[in-house]
Amino acid sequence: MIGGLFIYNHKGEVLISRVYRDDIGRRQAVDSAVFSSSGPLLEERSQANRRNAVDAFRVNVIHARQQVRSPVTNIARTSFFHVKRSNIWLAAVTKQNVNAAMVFEFLYKMCDVMAAYFGKISEENIKNNFVLIYELLDEILDFGYPQNSETGALKTFITQQGIKSQHQTKEEQSQITSQVTGQIGWRREGIKYRRNELFLDVLESVNLLMSPQGQVLSAHVSGRVVMKSYLSGMPECKFGMNDKIVIEKQGKGTADETSKSGKQSIAIDDCTFHQCVRLSKFDSERSISFIPPDGEFELMRYRTTKDIILPFRVIPLVREVGRTKLEVKVVIKSNFKPSLLAQKIEVRIPTPLNTSGVQVICMKGKAKYKASENAIVWKIKRMAGMKESQISAEIELLPTNDKKKWARPPISMNFEVPFAPSGLKVRYLKVFEPKLNYSDHDVIKWVRYIGRSGIYETRC
Amino acid sequence: MPAVSKGDGMRGLAVFISDIRNCKSKEAEIKRINKELANIRSKFKGDKALDGYSKKKYVCKLLFIFLLGHDIDFGHMEAVNLLSSNRYTEKQIGYLFISVLVNSNSELIRLINNAIKNDLASRNPTFMGLALHCIANVGSREMAEAFAGEIPKILVAGDTMDSVKQSAALCLLRLYRTSPDLVPMGDWTSRVVHLLNDQHLGVVTAATSLITTLAQKNPEEFKTSVSLAVSRLSRIVTSASTDLQDYTYYFVPAPWLSVKLLRLLQCYPPPDPAVRGRLTECLETILNKAQEPPKSKKVQHSNAKNAVLFEAISLIIHHDSEPNLLVRACNQLGQFLQHRETNLRYLALESMCTLASSEFSHEAVKTHIETVINALKTERDVSVRQRAVDLLYAMCDRSNAQQIVAEMLSYLETADYSIREEIVLKVAILAEKYAVDYTWYVDTILNLIRIAGDYVSEEVWYRVIQIVINRDDVQGYAAKTVFEALQAPACHENLVKVGGYILGEFGNLIAGDPRSSPLIQFNLLHSKFHLCSVPTRALLLSTYIKFVNLFPEVKTTIQDVLRSDSQLKNADVELQQRAVEYLRLSTVASTDILATVLEEMPPFPERESSILAKLKKKKGPSTVTDLEEAKRERSADVNGGPEPAPASAASTPSPSADLLGLGAAPPAPAGPPPSSGGLLVDVFSDSPSAVAPLAPGSEDNFARFVCKNNGVLFENQLLQIGLKSEFRQNLGRMFIFYGNKTSTQFLNFTPTLICSDDLQTNLSLQTKPVDPTVDGGAQVQQVVNIECVSDFTEAPVLNIQFRYGGTFQNVSVKLPITLNKFFQPTEMASQDFFQRWKQLSSPQQEVQNIFKAKHPMDTEVTKAKIIGFGSALLEDVDPNPANFVGAGIIHTRTTQIGCLLRLEPNLQAQVRLLEERASYARAVFWLWCGMGPKWGRLRSSERCVPLCNLRCPADT
Repeated sequence: MIGGLFIYNHKGEVLISRVYRDDIGRRQAVDSAVFSSSGPLLEERSQANRRNAVDAFRVNVIHARQQVRSPVTNIARTSFFHVKRSNIWLAAVTKQNVNAAMVFEFLYKMCDVMAAYFGKISEENIKNNFVLIYELLDEILDFGYPQNSETGALKTFITQQGIKSQHQTKEEQSQITSQVTGQIGWRREGIKYRRNELFLDVLESVNLLMSPQGQVLSAHVSGRVVMKSYLSGMPECKFGMNDKIVIEKQGKGTADETSKSGKQSIAIDDCTFHQCVRLSKFDSERSISFIPPDGEFELMRYRTTKDIILPFRVIPLVREVGRTKLEVKVVIKSNFKPSLLAQKIEVRIPTPLNTSGVQVICMKGKAKYKASENAIVWKIKRMAGMKESQISAEIELLPTNDKKKWARPPISMNFEVPFAPSGLKVRYLKVFEPKLNYSDHDVIKWVRYIGRSGIYETRC
Repeated sequence: MPAVSKGDGMRGLAVFISDIRNCKSKEAEIKRINKELANIRSKFKGDKALDGYSKKKYVCKLLFIFLLGHDIDFGHMEAVNLLSSNRYTEKQIGYLFISVLVNSNSELIRLINNAIKNDLASRNPTFMGLALHCIANVGSREMAEAFAGEIPKILVAGDTMDSVKQSAALCLLRLYRTSPDLVPMGDWTSRVVHLLNDQHLGVVTAATSLITTLAQKNPEEFKTSVSLAVSRLSRIVTSASTDLQDYTYYFVPAPWLSVKLLRLLQCYPPPDPAVRGRLTECLETILNKAQEPPKSKKVQHSNAKNAVLFEAISLIIHHDSEPNLLVRACNQLGQFLQHRETNLRYLALESMCTLASSEFSHEAVKTHIETVINALKTERDVSVRQRAVDLLYAMCDRSNAQQIVAEMLSYLETADYSIREEIVLKVAILAEKYAVDYTWYVDTILNLIRIAGDYVSEEVWYRVIQIVINRDDVQGYAAKTVFEALQAPACHENLVKVGGYILGEFGNLIAGDPRSSPLIQFNLLHSKFHLCSVPTRALLLSTYIKFVNLFPEVKTTIQDVLRSDSQLKNADVELQQRAVEYLRLSTVASTDILATVLEEMPPFPERESSILAKLKKKKGPSTVTDLEEAKRERSADVNGGPEPAPASAASTPSPSADLLGLGAAPPAPAGPPPSSGGLLVDVFSDSPSAVAPLAPGSEDNFARFVCKNNGVLFENQLLQIGLKSEFRQNLGRMFIFYGNKTSTQFLNFTPTLICSDDLQTNLSLQTKPVDPTVDGGAQVQQVVNIECVSDFTEAPVLNIQFRYGGTFQNVSVKLPITLNKFFQPTEMASQDFFQRWKQLSSPQQEVQNIFKAKHPMDTEVTKAKIIGFGSALLEDVDPNPANFVGAGIIHTRTTQIGCLLRLEPNLQAQVRLLEERASYARAVFWLWCGMGPKWGRLRSSERCVPLCNLRCPADT
């Protein structure tokens, strides 16, 4: 159970501090035994304890000499789980043995909720909305146990437009109560749209580590399906994709369809769903059916490791010319349909720490040596499929006393492509609303695929 | 760093630093630094040569980046280039970079050394200063190797500037501290001593620091510094505060120099009379000045004044020879005891502790008892209270023991938990040591257990029981008191233990009183039984069975108790076994057998109080030695120091004393008289020093141990070696304590014992290996089992090797295992003595020695020394009461050698004749070496060997 939640700015100053349990920061059980007997002291004590926990995280993580890489830090038998959003640190603190995945899920959700309420999470925004944040924290965590953190549901009773109770009738209030406590807590009744419309985004990030010779050392895609729905009533939706298991099952039913369906199916390693998906149905029939919340939500997350389409291939060539010179040549090849266009391509070629000067020649895009990052950054705005481009650089080195050899960090790459590198295809999304008179055909549906680079690296 | 002049502004550096300071996050800072590094790299790489200014600027930036915690792996070359610049600021930055970032890179070190050499050779004092500072700041072994020979020359050269001399002295000090072996001693040492006479006080201050450190290692070489230091000191002390201008600090003339000079003087024993008079005058002046009203209200003034005063007092204590000064110092400290300033009170108490152990000032310290007790009660700072307790312990003697113990007991009730155990031990020791009346002792200890039972360790109550059992007169009283104490409804478990034991032994002594009849005694003890832990219950069961013997009338009651299930079927094996066996014993055995089996405990053999050992262990062997021991040690220090005593105007040795009726030897096995031809050599000078030269001072300490078994054998900045040894007949056991005085670990710690071949056959030593790492501040113990196989002359050498920090340390000391340790005293009557004395009249069996006494002869001291030497002191044996007579047997595995000894002091001439006769002349001779007359001649039948180079603890 989460004992407390703190939000810090980059300097380690506390912006938000919410403590749910008194145990955090307490150094010795003896203390608590001594002080629990005396009332007024207890208050003071817990104040001091809170300070301890707050300071401990600042000193040991934010201001640590070495960068702290682990998201979980244990200080004096207290666990600190943190996530960082730009310059802001969110830290959940507990003394108990909690499920770390649960805590992180909560922290991410918390970020989503805050983003949904006031946009980007920045120091400025947090300072401007701190009353709201405390309100939210009161609602989504109770005595350290996570509660309903669905933005849609929260927005019905935590609003940003001042006090609303005057306008809110008793009925409305009771409606909110029944919704939040009811079976379908994520959607209220009586939603009406003139145009029933839905948007599906398949967002994937592709991760790769490749050897200099072009051998794939590790590769995986983590993706999510985000849905934005504007549907009336309580529609029942059914989502279908080219999941290998489903396709094969269907194939057994109608034998000839297997031969006919030339399109590939994909093997999904693991997946998680939004709470609206009926898991029992998924387990038995492997069909994804749900009543969606209103607005945007993440329908599912998944991961694949097989048959990944690698959108780019990086071919590095590094030659050391004596002690004071290095010649680097990097070729990138796009490996997808020529009709598609990749965007925001950026290749980052690390330079040795004793670089004293760089000359770059590239045929396409712009390349620059960034001393502050110890890398050559090569940017290309757009690039069609099945194309090739190259950059060559001469790096001058300063001879140093250090006998250490340069570690040659890998060349990394960023891009965005308009297809799903995992090969996932949305086959259908059917909408049924028996009570209202609109059918599946009346709903306007949009599907979009975006593949982005995750950690996309090639050793050189 | 001096402020950089406007033209030299290094704007780029200022901009860079302010950029870094303005960075919002760590990432931003790293980015900025990377950018700057790339810029500097491209600048350094650039083909056109950089001018001195930009080189300096970039090196400065690199230094700043390094100090921020980033690695710098280039720029060293540029920094070295800066060293050869002619501009001060450039040179300075170059040196700064080198001092901070130098690593043992071979090629660069050569260049750097070269640059430093050039600067040292230049006649420019600022450049020389920079170079010296760099050497001192780096202070590595390489630096020492390169420059240790050169710096002394600069230091003593006539034309060196004062400021350079100052730097050179401190630089040399630093090098000497890091690698003393590399700093050569030579003719410069005498000239360094003369720096104490220098005009410039700064030079004198620096030189004093250097000389003090050097003198600690080589006292002989710097002996001349004493008189110079004294005259310098007297000049400072007598000067008016305005005379010294720059060196007057808040109206106190040169306080730092004074303190350093006083420290230097503490390396030496009191100087000869002429100088001593002057020194005494100085010290008196310092003490007088303390009485004067302060010249300033500022705290710096009083701090400086008191610093000098305290250092003077510690010198007085160190010399321990001027009763007048000691008493005055004591009075001065007495005033501080009530000072407002807590630190002063603390220091006063601490110094008084050492004063209390001096025989001259002990009485003076005692006058402050009320103040100290008051401090104990009212002081707010716990560390000060701790000192007060220490002082009370130190000043305690027979006259005030009762008062002090009572005060400590009453303080114990409110004392801090951290010091309670120590106070308990101290009370127990004092109560035992100064107990005139053992009823008082018993009362005190019982009180102690009542007040602080939890802090009373096992040793304390063991000791009570030992004493009660050994003293008939106190047993009845003890039984009565214990019985009364046990009647308290809640009493501490330790009290139950003492009560159980004493009632079990002496319960019969109070059984006559109907209020403490056997049954009542038993019921009282048994009412406590169930509240006690298992060991106490086991003890109580033994008490019960003793009761069965003492009081047959309670036998059945006790048997019932033993028979009960809670005893017979107790889960604890020990209790169960005792119950079963005692029950059986009480039913089966007849009264006679019971009486024999359960007889009263025999008296314990007298031995050193285990409590004392515990207190020592708690504080480390050296810090709290027995008071007497400390005193003796101190006097030995002073009397037997390396300084030769002034030759007294001695007349020719008068044909001394009576040689009436000489005695015979104790029953000695007839051994063949050994050929003593080549053996008459100086045994100490040819000792086997195979491994490392013996540590300086170890000879002194060694000699001190001839008559002593416990104490500190060796001590330097890193290591302290303490000894505790006991010898019985031809066997001995020695505990060697190695104390790590630093805060870092010793690694590969290996002590080895080295015996020459000759010694190996005569002395068998067995040791257990010790743990190879010794933590900072920790102590390890090693046990050496010793057996004397045959008589021997040499002493084994203890060689210790360890790694401290990065450096390898090697220490060798002689272990004080001498033949006289196996000397057992023998008592004999006058007639026997002289009969045996006569029997041992052959020349091989006799050694005679006439020597001049260094000091006035004190009967008591001499007696103590003879006893310490190991022989029995026979009183009323020699017809001349002034003579001392001793006898004893040396035990070896093979033989026993009887020895007789006579010491005939001639008081007028201060000449003593010492004669010894033994069944072995050889043995006798070695004994002599052990006692070691320093200015005597050994007279033996074969040859006369001058023994002038023998060192000894004291001239008996």
